Amino acid sequence: MNARETIFGRIREALSHPAHKSGGHDQASPKPLGAATAADCMPFGGANAAEQLALFAQNAKELAADFYLVETPEELHAQLAELAQREGWKRVASHAGELTAAACKVLGLPVTLTDGGYDVADLEASDAGITECEALVAQTGSVLVTSRACGGRGLSVLPPHHVVLARRSQLVADLNAAFALLEARYAPSYPSMISFISGPSRTGDIERILVLGAHGPKKLTIFCL
Amino acid sequence: MSTTPTAALFKERATTITKDLRHRAVIRGALQKYGVVRDAKKARFRDWQGARTAASEVKWQAINHLDTHLAQFAEKLEARGGIVHWARDGAEARQIILDIVRSKNAHAIVKSKVMTGEEIHINDALEEAGFEVVESDLGEYICQLRHEAPYHFVFPAMHLTRGEISDLFTEKLGTAPTNSPEELTMIARKVLRDKYIRADIGISGANFAIAETGMISITENEGNARLTCALPKTHIALLGIEKVLPKLSDLALFLPMLGTVGCGQLLTGYNTMYGGPKQPGEADGPEEFHVVLLDNRRTDLLASTEQRDALQCIRCGGCLNVCPIYKNIGGHTYGATYQGPIGSVITPHLRGLQEWKHLVFCSSLCGACTEACPVKIDLHHHLLQSRRDAITEKPVWWEKLTFQAVGMVFNRAWLFSLGMKLGRIGQIFHPLIKNTPLDPARAWTRARELPKVAPQTFREWWNQRK
Repeated sequence: MNARETIFGRIREALSHPAHKSGGHDQASPKPLGAATAADCMPFGGANAAEQLALFAQNAKELAADFYLVETPEELHAQLAELAQREGWKRVASHAGELTAAACKVLGLPVTLTDGGYDVADLEASDAGITECEALVAQTGSVLVTSRACGGRGLSVLPPHHVVLARRSQLVADLNAAFALLEARYAPSYPSMISFISGPSRTGDIERILVLGAHGPKKLTIFCL
Repeated sequence: MSTTPTAALFKERATTITKDLRHRAVIRGALQKYGVVRDAKKARFRDWQGARTAASEVKWQAINHLDTHLAQFAEKLEARGGIVHWARDGAEARQIILDIVRSKNAHAIVKSKVMTGEEIHINDALEEAGFEVVESDLGEYICQLRHEAPYHFVFPAMHLTRGEISDLFTEKLGTAPTNSPEELTMIARKVLRDKYIRADIGISGANFAIAETGMISITENEGNARLTCALPKTHIALLGIEKVLPKLSDLALFLPMLGTVGCGQLLTGYNTMYGGPKQPGEADGPEEFHVVLLDNRRTDLLASTEQRDALQCIRCGGCLNVCPIYKNIGGHTYGATYQGPIGSVITPHLRGLQEWKHLVFCSSLCGACTEACPVKIDLHHHLLQSRRDAITEKPVWWEKLTFQAVGMVFNRAWLFSLGMKLGRIGQIFHPLIKNTPLDPARAWTRARELPKVAPQTFREWWNQRK
C-alpha cells in the first residue's frame, strides 16, 4: 500500500467513530451561532462607498501605509513625480496596465516591465515597484494583488517601495466581498498567487518592537483615483 | 510519578528557569505589548464570541470530512500543475524533500517559517546531505544562528533582548554592535536578500489548505514567504494533513482571527494564497510547485474520540501567550516542537503518552487557554483527560497505595481521629527533620509550609459541647 492509501485508510478508520464536539466546555459562549452568519461577526467594512473610503484611509494610516486620494490622472501624475523626485528614484519597475503605463510615461525613468519575465537583478535595483491592484479592502486597509493582474509575484515585494495605483471603484467593504470578487473574476482558473497586502513589510521579532521593511518594501504608497 | 529522562530534563530546566528573573522580565514585557494590541483588535469584531463559534464549526466540519477535503485539495492542485506528495511520517517527508532537492541539483535553499519542518527536523537532514539552508524569517534566522529551537511557534526569538541579538550578529556576521531593533533588522535584511537571489529552492509551510481551489495560504508579516515563493525555481510546501479548509471564502473568517490572536493585527502584513507553479502568461514564479502532506501520527489524534478537536488548531499561539505555566517556564523547557497548552495536548499523542505525560500534569487547569482559543479547542479539559489516560494505562504503585491507605482511614472514624491525634504530636517533631531526606513531605516542604493540624477537631468540639 502506498503512503496516500495508508493515510486515507487511517483517516477513514478514525472517522468511522464519531467524536465529541469541541467547545462543549466553553464558558464564554455556550450558545450556538443561531441565525447570525460568520460575516456578521467580523469587523465592520462600511455600509456605503463614503464610509468604506474613510475606513480604508484610517486603516491604511494605522498600518503605516501612505494613502492619497486624487481627483484626476494629472493630479496623480504630479504627486507621483514629486514622490519620485523627493526619494531620488533612478529606475522603477512596473507592469502593463492602463494606470501604470501612463504613470511610467510621465516619470520618464528607466522602467523594468515584469510582464514577459525579467532579470531579478533589474528588479532588485529598482527604487520602486509600481502596480495596479484587484481591490482595496476597507475592513482591513489591505491591497489585494494577484500574479495575473499586478505584474507577477516579485514586483510588489522585491523593490524597497511599493506604489499602488487604484481607482475608487475598486474599493470593497470586506474580505468576503474581496473573495466574491475574485471568484466572479477568475473561478475556476485563479491566478497562481493571490495576496492581501496590509501595510509595508514589518517585523516584531526583536522584543516585539515594530520595525518596517523586514524583507519586503519599507514603504507602501497607495494612490486612489 | 515515575520519571523518564525526558521528564527529568523538563523538571531540571523548569526548576532553573522559574528562578531566572531576567527571563521573566523579558517574557512579561513582550507579552504585555502583545496583549494590548490583541485586545484592541478583538474589540473591532462585531461579535468575537460568534466568530469563535463560527470558526470552530468550520474547522470541526473540515476535520470530520478530512478524507473528502484532502482528496479534493490534491485533485484541484494537480489539475493546476502542482505535485502532491504524501508522507506517513517524518522520515518519509524528509526523503521526499531530499529527493526533490537532489533531482534539481540544488545548492542553496531558502526557507520561510515552517513549524512542520521543525517537527521533522528537515534542516538537519538537508545540512547533513550537504545543502546550505537559510531561515529567512527574522526570528527563525536568529534561532538558526544560535543553533537553538524556536522559543515560541509564532515569536521564535521572543526570549532574546536586542543586546543579545546584537552580540550574536557581531559574532556570526561581523557587524558593528547596535542597540536599535531597526538597524538589527536591516542587517538581517541585507544578508538574506543575497540568499534569496541565489537560492534554487524555496521551502515554506502553510497555514491553510483550500480544498475548493487547491491552494495553500500563508500568513506572514515580513514578506519573506512572498520572496521564498517568488524567486527560487522550485517551491516546496510542507504541511500537516489537518490544515485543510473547505472553501476559499472561509479565509475571510480565519485570516483576521489568526492575525488578531496570533500577533494582535487584524491582518498580518501578507496573507497569500498559492495555487500551483507559474501559470501560462504569468511574469514569474517557480517552475515546479511541490506540496508535501504529512501525517506523522495526526491520524492517531483524529482517532481519539475525546480529543479530535485538537486538530482544529490553527497554530496562532494564543494559548501560549495567556498561559501562566508558559510565562514561567518558557518555551524551551517543553523540549517539544509545539510549546504551551496546545503542545501539551498534542505532543503526547504525536510522540507517546508515557514519555510526555509530564506535560499534561504541568498545568494549573485555569482554563485561560481554552478561553483564548479562536477555534474553541477544549484545551485544559484535554489535559485532564490525558492525566486520566496516563494513569489508567500505567498506574503508579505508590500513588495507588497512598489512595488505598487514605480510603481506609477516611472510611473508619476511629482511625481518622487517631490520625488527627498522631498528627498533632507529629507536627511538634516535624521541624527536626523538615526539608531533610528523612522528611516524608519533603516535596512539599522544600518550598512551602505544611498546614497546621487544628488543636481540636470539629468532632471533638461537638462532643465536648454537650
